[in-house]
Amino acid sequence: MKTTLIPALRLTLVCVVLFMGVYPALIWGIAQLAPNRGRGEIVANNGATYFTQIGQNITTDRYFNGRPSAVGYNAAGSGGSNKGPSNPEYLATVAARVDTFRVHNPGTSQVPAELVTASGSGLDPHLSVEAVLVQVPRIAKVRGVSEASLRDLTAQHTEKPLLGLFGPEKVNVLELNLALDNLGKKGFGNPIHL
Amino acid sequence: MDTQIFGIAVMYLLVVLLAIPLGRYIGKVFDYESTWLDKFFDPLDRLIFQLSGIDPRPAMSWQQSLVALLVINGWWLVISMLVLTTMGWMPLNPDGNPSMPFDLAFNTTISFVTNTNLQHYSGESALSYLGQMILMLWQFISAGTGMAIAAVVFKAMKEGLNPSLGNFYSLLVRSCTRILLPLAIVTATILAFEGVPMTFEGKGTMTTVQGETVAVSRGPAAAFVAIKQLGTNGGGFFGVNSSHPLENPTYLTNIVEDVGLFLIPIAMVFALGFMLKRRKLALTIFGVMTLGFLMLVVPAVLSELGGNPALSKLGVTQSVGSMEGKEVRLGPAASAYWAINTTVTSNGSVNAMHDSMTPLTVLTTLLGMMINCFYGGVGVGFLNFYIFIILAVFISGLMVGRTPELLGRKIEANEMKIAMGIALLHPFLILAGTALSSYLYAENPAELAGWLNNPGYHGFSELLYEFTSASANNGSGLEGLGDNTPFWNYATGLVMLLARYLPIIGPVAIAGQLAAKKYIPESEGTLRVDTGTFGILIFAVILIIASLSFFPALTLGPLAEYFSLYRS
Repeated sequence: MKTTLIPALRLTLVCVVLFMGVYPALIWGIAQLAPNRGRGEIVANNGATYFTQIGQNITTDRYFNGRPSAVGYNAAGSGGSNKGPSNPEYLATVAARVDTFRVHNPGTSQVPAELVTASGSGLDPHLSVEAVLVQVPRIAKVRGVSEASLRDLTAQHTEKPLLGLFGPEKVNVLELNLALDNLGKKGFGNPIHL
Repeated sequence: MDTQIFGIAVMYLLVVLLAIPLGRYIGKVFDYESTWLDKFFDPLDRLIFQLSGIDPRPAMSWQQSLVALLVINGWWLVISMLVLTTMGWMPLNPDGNPSMPFDLAFNTTISFVTNTNLQHYSGESALSYLGQMILMLWQFISAGTGMAIAAVVFKAMKEGLNPSLGNFYSLLVRSCTRILLPLAIVTATILAFEGVPMTFEGKGTMTTVQGETVAVSRGPAAAFVAIKQLGTNGGGFFGVNSSHPLENPTYLTNIVEDVGLFLIPIAMVFALGFMLKRRKLALTIFGVMTLGFLMLVVPAVLSELGGNPALSKLGVTQSVGSMEGKEVRLGPAASAYWAINTTVTSNGSVNAMHDSMTPLTVLTTLLGMMINCFYGGVGVGFLNFYIFIILAVFISGLMVGRTPELLGRKIEANEMKIAMGIALLHPFLILAGTALSSYLYAENPAELAGWLNNPGYHGFSELLYEFTSASANNGSGLEGLGDNTPFWNYATGLVMLLARYLPIIGPVAIAGQLAAKKYIPESEGTLRVDTGTFGILIFAVILIIASLSFFPALTLGPLAEYFSLYRS
């Protein structure tokens, strides 16, 4: 038994060095060359910095609202609702969100699904173009800008599918909102990726 | 809609294109043929064995290989328990996360050493970076264990009397250094450049446009995510796994991670073909697996793209598909595709919450885990398939009135007993566990109210899914289940333990015993296992066993939910 036990332990310890030490150190070294040195993608705008990939809890009428989140956009504790599609309590929650959306966006008959369903992570930073455009009349009214300029802004911030072929089209809500604040201001460029 | 379909098509195409050359390479690694990476890995392996005091040259019997496997896995269980229960006051803990209580550490340890990665915790708050990294170590070497033991079985299937089964330690190290490590380095590099964090700094902070201050968890994720995908491990760095925008930030990372998830399980089948020099056998097995995979993936993708009918009635448009529990950047098609990938391969990572998926997707993911050999986990997927080959050979032998024979060796009573025992173990663990938990819940609905997040049929699915996932060594879950309790931690821990080691011991024992039997060269009278007819027979055996074992339970869960939800 001793002839098996000790070599097995020693081999395990060598693996500790290789896979817990050398491997992560190597990847960490490579990541120093990556954008923002592997600290999670960050964007700076007018002196403030944000993690662009992490969605934010945005509920005021002045900004494009993101998706509902089961964890209130807690970026230190991600989570989905884990509600099943036939759960009556869940369906009541969605119905209430639809009503709320219609109160804030009068005249909307059909509400895009992303705006009334919680994402898997609770931190989804994106919306579909459809879910952005349905909010344009409200924001135009609150901010007193033309709907056409908001639609232009949306088009500028629409991210096409990968290579134009793969995956859904989407808009990063934070980047769109930052651009919205900069709309019409002179001397403020686009947000800078660090 | 079309770009969603193109996305999943390119993922499957890429994986098959890469799996063929990788299978060739894996075959060479296990057969000790020279490759261009030898220059680097020969000295590394020599150093590893020198430091370990192991001579990697002598061939081992199947019994010696199994003892070596069980002993080294035993050490991993002990070390993992020590680290997880003490990591709170050990280094590399910038966020000050606590050590795990005993029952959770027990579950997590078994979960990662058995290549399951069922997670009853959330990575952001329950692990230090040291804890994450020890789990990453198990992700490498538990995957290596599966590949090495599959290589032993491949070698036992070779022609001639008493083929050498190789040296288990050597096969284990070669699997880790020459196959998993290079793939992980490439994958982690791509992920890091696409925005997956790789830092030892603690939480970051930001102030939102509405003025709230938010802490952002991060860590050495890129290295971890790469091997979690490649080794059919599946345990996420963050609680929500690859639906987290830092774990899977773009559609490109989704393609890389999904291809990584599927790559080695498929390549292992081609490796078998190269090693036995039986290309047609590999293609037959690949064909059966692919047919089964397509049967599951097509309904799942269509069901998720179709949306939730109950939401349509509320005035919600679901032009991209069902979005509850899913991410906009990935879309329902890629999430449904991943859900099937991850369940047929025993990976268990997710890029959307399975608990919120439509009933047909829950049904097909469950079936993927119940069958557990349509590609299957790295190495062990083939071992599961091997059991079905033995059963199919036996049944076809009975049908044509000939002694059942696999690749020149007679299959007799002893092998059949083992094969039947292993084939029945999986349904037994799943159904007994589900029955026990359902009984407990029905007896104490008030006390155990925290278990289920959903009422009715879907709640039953949550119980069934958890035991299925544990027994398939999968690790995904219907995460609404309140599973961090002593009952779930111990029950699923034991299930994972039995479901990992018995289905390794069984096939290795069969293959080892067969290898020692008289080798009868193929003749006119040989039952050929590399034909389409035999493929159909294996497929039928798999379907019959799965249907008889599991359809009663599936009827109470996802099927009942389907009919109640889609009844107009």
